[in-house]
Amino acid sequence: MISHLVTKTAAITTVVVVSNAVGNYALSKGMQEVGQLVTWQPGPYLQAFADPWVIIGVLLLIAWLIFRLALLSWADLSYVITVTSTSYVISALLGKFFLAEQVSALRWAGIALITVGAVFVGETFPSTTDETGGLAEE
Amino acid sequence: MMRWILVALIVVPGTVGDLLTTAGMKRHGEVNDFSLSGLARLLWQLARNLYIIIGIVAMAISFFALMDLLSIAKLSFAVPATASSYLLETALAKYLLKEEVGWKRWAGASLVAIGVMLISI
Repeated sequence: MISHLVTKTAAITTVVVVSNAVGNYALSKGMQEVGQLVTWQPGPYLQAFADPWVIIGVLLLIAWLIFRLALLSWADLSYVITVTSTSYVISALLGKFFLAEQVSALRWAGIALITVGAVFVGETFPSTTDETGGLAEE
Repeated sequence: MMRWILVALIVVPGTVGDLLTTAGMKRHGEVNDFSLSGLARLLWQLARNLYIIIGIVAMAISFFALMDLLSIAKLSFAVPATASSYLLETALAKYLLKEEVGWKRWAGASLVAIGVMLISI
């Protein structure tokens, strides 16, 4: 039962991290194609939704939100926020390999710290509260 | 001054949103059905969960404040200013949600907060 929870947490965490990083990547690629959108008119926003990259990005970010909520149905918030911050690492790697962005030494150091931090938290058991989620005792 | 008001509008509603959605999901109970119909049923149930509704509205406020901040300030200001929310949320998860936050979680949250600051410089 306990190892089942650990496996499930690892699987859903992976979905959350990848959908977030790839969703942001697709959205930023799409918005660069669409161009600047600083306007209060709804028209340009609707036009942006005709771009396939924008559609893929929005769908992935909807999936990200649903799977993150599902993960929080059993995993601690203090576990989820830290472990899923690895999406920054994936975003940086996507930028480097697909957008040919430069990654400075400082950014590599940041990526390393995020990875080590996520590993620390990943070693803890994901769920330490019951179904009331604490607030019921208030 | 305006930028610091926006930082507050990112951090406070973002943190409140995470706390409320976590409490709402714990009340909902562990999700086990990840099929398309199971996820559709989950969405239908969550649409009537007040914690989730208010939580998502709070997260939306935080998101639009971030968009506003990015239009008047650089990413290298916006992201480090909000990285502190990792530590704030970890502390509130411990004291409000009663999660067991040991040294590994504190160390992890601190390393991630510093790491997020570094990648945005």
